[in-house]
Parts: sequence; C-alpha cells; structure tokens
Amino acid sequence: MRSVIAVYVENKYGVLTRVAGLFMRKGFNIDSLTVGETEDPEYSRMTITLNGDNYAREQLINQLKKLHNVKEVKLLESAQNVERELLLVKVPNQPATRSEIMAAADVYRGKIIDYSTDAMIIEVTGEPLKIQAFIDVLKPIGIIEMCRTGIVSLERGATVLHESEAE
Amino acid sequence: MKKNAKNRMTGAQIAIETLIEQGVTELFGYPGGTVLDLYDALYRSRGRIRHILTAHEQGAAHAADGYARATGKVGVVLATSGPGATNLVTGLATAMLDSVPVVAITGNVPTYLIGKDAFQEINITGITLPITKHNYFVQDVRELADTIREAFQIAKSGRPGPVLIDIPKDIQIATCPFTPQPVVSAFPQPKLSDAQIDQVVDLLSKAQRPYLYIGGGAARCELGAQLMALSEKLDGYIGCSLMGLSEIPHSFDRFLGMEGMHGAYASTMANLQADLILGVGVRFSDRATGDPAKFCKDAVIIQLDADQSEINKNVKVTLGLVGDLRDAVDRILSRVAQQSHPAWNKTVEALQEEQRRLAQQQPSVPAGMDPRDLFAVINRLKDDETLIATDVGQHQMWTAQNIQLARPRSFLSSGGLGTMGFGLGAAIGGAVGTGKRVILLTGDGSFGMNLNELATAVSCQLPIVIILFNNSALGMVRQLQTFFFGRRYAGTNLQRETDFVKLAQAFGADGARVSDIAAFESALKNALKQKTPYLIEVQIDRDACVLPMLPKSGLMEDMITELDGEDTK
Repeated sequence: MRSVIAVYVENKYGVLTRVAGLFMRKGFNIDSLTVGETEDPEYSRMTITLNGDNYAREQLINQLKKLHNVKEVKLLESAQNVERELLLVKVPNQPATRSEIMAAADVYRGKIIDYSTDAMIIEVTGEPLKIQAFIDVLKPIGIIEMCRTGIVSLERGATVLHESEAE
Repeated sequence: MKKNAKNRMTGAQIAIETLIEQGVTELFGYPGGTVLDLYDALYRSRGRIRHILTAHEQGAAHAADGYARATGKVGVVLATSGPGATNLVTGLATAMLDSVPVVAITGNVPTYLIGKDAFQEINITGITLPITKHNYFVQDVRELADTIREAFQIAKSGRPGPVLIDIPKDIQIATCPFTPQPVVSAFPQPKLSDAQIDQVVDLLSKAQRPYLYIGGGAARCELGAQLMALSEKLDGYIGCSLMGLSEIPHSFDRFLGMEGMHGAYASTMANLQADLILGVGVRFSDRATGDPAKFCKDAVIIQLDADQSEINKNVKVTLGLVGDLRDAVDRILSRVAQQSHPAWNKTVEALQEEQRRLAQQQPSVPAGMDPRDLFAVINRLKDDETLIATDVGQHQMWTAQNIQLARPRSFLSSGGLGTMGFGLGAAIGGAVGTGKRVILLTGDGSFGMNLNELATAVSCQLPIVIILFNNSALGMVRQLQTFFFGRRYAGTNLQRETDFVKLAQAFGADGARVSDIAAFESALKNALKQKTPYLIEVQIDRDACVLPMLPKSGLMEDMITELDGEDTK
C-alpha cells in the first residue's frame, strides 16, 4: 500500500540525515523522498512515499513526529491532494524510432529538452501512474538512462501544512 | 547585574556557566586535546561545579546515566573528540534504550578542520544519531548557550533521553556576551481529555481480573503511590518490567514483582490470566511479553504512555492514550469506583502459592552457594536507603527476582540495551548523586568489562559494596547453551585466574572472598560499615540457572520452571 506523507522540517544541520536515518533503523520501505525549500527559507518540506501497511504508516508518522527538527507531519489522502512527479529520460536518436518516440512524447505532453545526433532527453511531468505508463512505452524502444524526482504533493484548497508563526 | 549581563565570555566559559545555570552540580568526564578550554573553564569554576574524573569515557557515560536514574536530574558527561567521543557510544545507547535524561558534551576539532580527517576528528553527531534523542553540532558561539538549554529541555521532557552537543575547539575559544537564564522546564505534556479518561474508567469498571503492568515511564513520573491506590480500588494486582522495579515497594501485598522472560511466576501468570491489563509507561518489550502476537490476545489492553510511537508498536492494544501520565493516573484514580473481585483474588493467591512451591522444589545447587540464599542475607542487612546497582546477566535477573526494594529510584540496571559493564559506572553515578551507599551486584563477566572504574570509586572514596558472583562462566549465555544448544559451551567457560580480592586491593580498595553463607554474612556486615569501596567475591556454581525462563516457543504460558524440562534435550 502506498502512502504519501508531507513533512515540514526546520532547515537545520543534518535534518535530512535524521529523517533518512529513521527509515534505515526502523526498517521502513521508502519509494521516494523529495525535499526542497518552502515559502519560508527557515523550513524545508519533504514528501515521502512509503510502501507499507497501516502499521508501518502509523509507526513512520509517529517516529517522524519525535524528531526535534520536524514541525509537522501529515498523511496526504489522495482524494484531497494533487501529486506530481518529473521524469527526465534519455533515449537513442535513430531514424527508425525517432518518430515513434516523438509521437509518444507528444501524447504524454512531454518536451524534448535535448536533441543530439545520437540521443535525446525528454521531460515529462505528471502523476506517478502517468510517468510509469510513459516509461513502459519507451522501454521496448530502449532507454539509455532516466531520472525521476519522486512525488511532490500539496493539498487542494487553502489548507496549509504549517501555519506561519509570524502572522 | 546589568553590567554582568553584557559580560563577554569564551564559548568554553559559556558552556560551563550554562551548565551551572541549569542546576548542574556534578559532571563526569575525561579530558583531552579538544576540551582543554572546557576543562580550563571547569578549573576556574571549581567550587561551583564538581568534575569527577573516570578511568574511561564509557564509565563516565554510565556514571552520568546512573546519576540521572538515582536522582531524577539530568546526568552530564564530558569527553574529548575522536576516541573520547566514540567511547561514549555504549553509554549513550544504554541511556537511550532506558529513556534516561543525559546531556553529553564533546569537543571537536576546529570548524576549519572539520571533514579533513584531522587528528582525533570524528563525526560524533553522525555516529550518535540513532542513539540520542537529539544531537547538535554547534557552529556559532552565539548559539551555544541556547543550544545547551534546549538540550536540557529535550533530555528531560516527555519520554526522556540522551542529547549530545558537539562543540568544535574554535567555538570554545570564540567570545560573545552571556546572560544567565532560569532553569528550563520540560515541555508541557498534553493532558488526556475527559472523554478519554471516561473510556479508561469504563473499561476498568467492567474488568473482572484487572492487572496493572508498570514500567520505566511510571517510575520516572514517580506514580507508585497512585498506582498502589488504584490497585486497591480496582481490587487488582501490579506487576512491572525490569525498568519499573523499585517504584512499588516489595512489601505492598498487591505487588507481584517483575514479569516476563525471567520474571516472577505469579506476576507473569497473573498477567496472562487477566482480562484487563493497564500498561503505564511500558513498551511491552519482547523480554516481557514473549511472542507479541500471542500475548494476552483475549484481554483488554490499555496503554498509557508519554510517547505516541510506543502505542501499538509491540503489542496491539485496545486503547492507547498519550499524555501526561501523572495527570492521567490521578484522574483515573479519582473517577473509578471501588471494585471487588474475590474470584480473582483466589486465582492470584493460588498463583502465589504455586510460586512458593516452585521455589522450594528448585534443585539445590550442587556446589558453591545458592544465589537465593545470598539475597536473603542482603535483604536482611541492607537498609532501605541503600541503592542497588547491577550489571547484566544471571546476577541481574537473580537480583530483579529476589531483591527487596523499598524506595523509588533505588534500582539501577541496564534493561533495554542489556549493557554488561554498566554496573560500576552506574553505581559511582548513584553514589555521587545521592550521597548514599550503593550495593553493586555483578558477575565475573560483566565486572571484567569496566573494572577500571574501581580507580574512580577509590579516588572519590565512595561507599560502594561490590558483590561479585563468580561462576567462572558467562552464566546467562551459558545457561541458554544448557537449555537450547545441547550443553555445547562455546566461549562461555572462563579459564581466568583473576584474583578479585587482590585486584580490589591493587586499586586501593579492599575485599574478601567467601565460599559459605556464614562467611558471606560477616563479610557483608563488615562491608556495610566501610566508607570506601569494598568487594566481596562469592563463589557460585557454574550450573546454577535463572528460573523461570522463557522456552523456545516464546510463549509465556510454557515458561520453564525446572532445570530438567523438555527443552534441555
């Protein structure tokens, strides 16, 4: 079972290690972890995708809450949040497959961001299922290398993960 | 006063001033290159804060831990960078697993050398990440005082634990203004709602066979009196984990003792037969429950804890509530009506009777002294104020089963991590913190690990009585080999020729070796008059076993109570 968990953390020394270390020592199986600055530069936001049962999910949330630098932890229910992931994929640029690749990229609203004599790089954003579907289309043609960002996610509407203390 | 507030100080002075400000009167440590400035500041502050030099940083960490367990205050340990810092690791892990408030301060190489593999440089914040509640690497002298204050706050709040502060040498030398602050108080704990209390009271009122299972969390909050009153009102019984020992006086007739793998028969069985278990500050550890999936699966289990992550972690509970334990127990006590469960009383009385029968039927020890007889003497001769410390192994379980404790915080033992070598350091910390006598029960295996701290006990002139159970074996592991490995004693029969009495004398302490119970009694009488460390070496039979014990099945119901059970094949 996949769960998406948003974590609001203080932007302090070693905070990523603290969170990542937790997965190892408590034996959690993580699909992805993204981290970046928020509207407040003192804080970062992490989006963790966990692959596990209810027990693992409850434990992960409770263990995260115990970390001193973690300010908020929230389970994002898929009906109430939007999720996006970005994919960069490098494929061969050959006359035999070029048009097929470009057609697929077009259908998946991908952009060709590098076009060289022997390879091209396509950028696609979307929900993880869409990303996976695009990868499945390219696989038989041949993927040279690829890179996924993991999920970022926000709740719909005006709700926020962490109320700013200043206002 | 205004002028003082603007005083510029070095980081080292600020660190020591902040410790003093936070009420630290003693700390344990060992000097070195990157803490020279901190030691210089300590020297200048002598008379206001006392430094106790140990023989090894591990001993200092255990001493800070024992100090905290015995006093309820935060224990403080100071070590240099590199090996000094890594030597703290076992001590910090011990404190972490038993939720003991400790603040560790380490020096490190100057910030411009960090990451260069400089002499005695180690990334101690990385190493201690999983074994501290939180840790800090200080990068700016202006943040130092507040970092130390926050460390104390984290160490003592909620579920306590160790916090480490790593201070590079250049931060200790840099200066900034320092303004003293009041002692930080713990973060407030959320209080349970009235609806939650009602839920608990409702379940308690429906129970026919109530059992209170208490642990380190209850001991930390000093809930003994309330829990005894609650057991009276519920007409129920109390058992505890190793960490809960000493919170309920042994003389209380509803207290059945420690339960679990080597627990008291009556306590363990009462827990299994209860229809309601109220867990207070316990994590239902594997040593206490056996197979967690099969543990009391038909009973209502209520778990009260300070730590949300403990709820449902090891055992699935009916109702798990997180918050201020003292407030919760007080309110439950005031709401619950007087119960009466004569059938349950009868059941428990029968269990106690069976426990007495099993004790009598245990085979007499073929050679040497029966550990249980020794405890009869210890219980008779020690006064209620005496602290009991243990190492880890058979002697620890015999102590947990047989020692009679009257006062909270009078039992210092490594539960979660099971650290052999914990005892002597902890005894030193307990003696320093309370000014009371400590009896350390140890084994030849455990004592061998950190006996260097005899030097510390002697130099501090501490009234520590060391009772060393010598069976020339690593008895607890050997016992497992007896039961489950066909008596193939790999690595557990010791071929040592250590003369522990001479050893004690070499360190400047004194001691005696005894081989019968009368000699033990007179040696202990003498030892209890000493004002300095005294070691009594007691010859114990190699084949003496800790019973009861948990069988291979992991089921508490199948507890082994006799030496020649089926599992001995």
